[in-house]
Amino acid sequence: MNSDETSEGRNVLLKGLWKENPVLVAVLGMCPALAVTNSAINALAMGLASLFVLMSSSFLVSLFRNLIPKQVRITAYIVIIATFVTIVDFLLAAYSPVIHKELGAFIALIVVNCLILGRQEAFASKNRPGMALLDALGMGLGFTGALLAIGVIREILGSGSLFGIDLFGANFEPWVIMVLPPGGFFTLGFLLLGINWFTQRSIKEKENHG
Amino acid sequence: MNEEPLWSIFINASLINNFVLAYFLGICPFLGVSGKIGTASKMGGAVTFVMIISSMAAYGLHGLLVAINAPFLQLISYIVVIASTVQLVEMIIKKISPELFRALGIFLPLITTNCAILGLALFQTSKGYGFLQSFVYALGAGAGFTLALILMAGIRENLEFAQVPKVVKGTVITLLAAGILSLSFMGFSGLSG
Repeated sequence: MNSDETSEGRNVLLKGLWKENPVLVAVLGMCPALAVTNSAINALAMGLASLFVLMSSSFLVSLFRNLIPKQVRITAYIVIIATFVTIVDFLLAAYSPVIHKELGAFIALIVVNCLILGRQEAFASKNRPGMALLDALGMGLGFTGALLAIGVIREILGSGSLFGIDLFGANFEPWVIMVLPPGGFFTLGFLLLGINWFTQRSIKEKENHG
Repeated sequence: MNEEPLWSIFINASLINNFVLAYFLGICPFLGVSGKIGTASKMGGAVTFVMIISSMAAYGLHGLLVAINAPFLQLISYIVVIASTVQLVEMIIKKISPELFRALGIFLPLITTNCAILGLALFQTSKGYGFLQSFVYALGAGAGFTLALILMAGIRENLEFAQVPKVVKGTVITLLAAGILSLSFMGFSGLSG
């Protein structure tokens, strides 16, 4: 591999982590990002399950990209994604029934996560399997990271614990609202607010210096 | 077999466990199509229609899958049925009312990736609803989705005239408004006995 390809690969991998982060910048895959992030462990499990589905289906779609006819491509992608989601569903039910029960139907709903279908259409169907894997890894890790951030905030404020470990002792009065549905909207809203503020400030700074 | 009465299923699906504001299903169209009240109500109607048809289809499909003992095919068969239902609805609307077809535009095919529809099919299966119960459940879920969409569109139409700081414009203010709306919908939980 020459240096051009290495740096291209690195860009493909890194853009999903921050610059084009699926949740925080592109606002894709909102349903799982809000629904299962009421504790850090749920958020992490959901992120990793999506990462697995995204990587395997990106690889397969990229491998078959010249064989799938254009007219039925969306259906073909969905069937491929649904296959891997079924695998994850059954694996989780077998190895970690507690988490499987907590996440419930949301594991099955990975099928309709717009992030996964979007990456197949926008990237995997046009690139070599290696690149598609890197892209899927970056996007999947970005997704997991964003979910984990929301989950950590909601769990600390809403139950006063992190990964189930009590942080503040008995005197802490938990903000119950944070683990309930409205807390999801508020947490994501304020996270985006922080990011907006940060980007606008750095643009301003650049203008002042330039 | 679930013995829940029909009215309770309807109130549950539309208000107490509102699909958008309590279950976070169908957030993408909720944020994307809630700009204007007119579009929002049409979108709500189309989604309700697809929900009812695919709920009926899922009920039949579940019976078939149980009969041939292949539960691992559930997810794949549901999503394929939903995708083809959406395609069918698209063709019917195009034939019967070209005006409505033009008004809905791109939102019609996008209903396929609306998680509220697949979620509905999965929930009704896991709750073990009968035929009539599934129908009422789909009707309630659709009504709740339409209600949430129209309420949100009303809020956003008013926000157009409000003086909003630059950093919270767009997604941020919409999410915060949705949070407050979701907070007020929690009041309905007192309705469940």
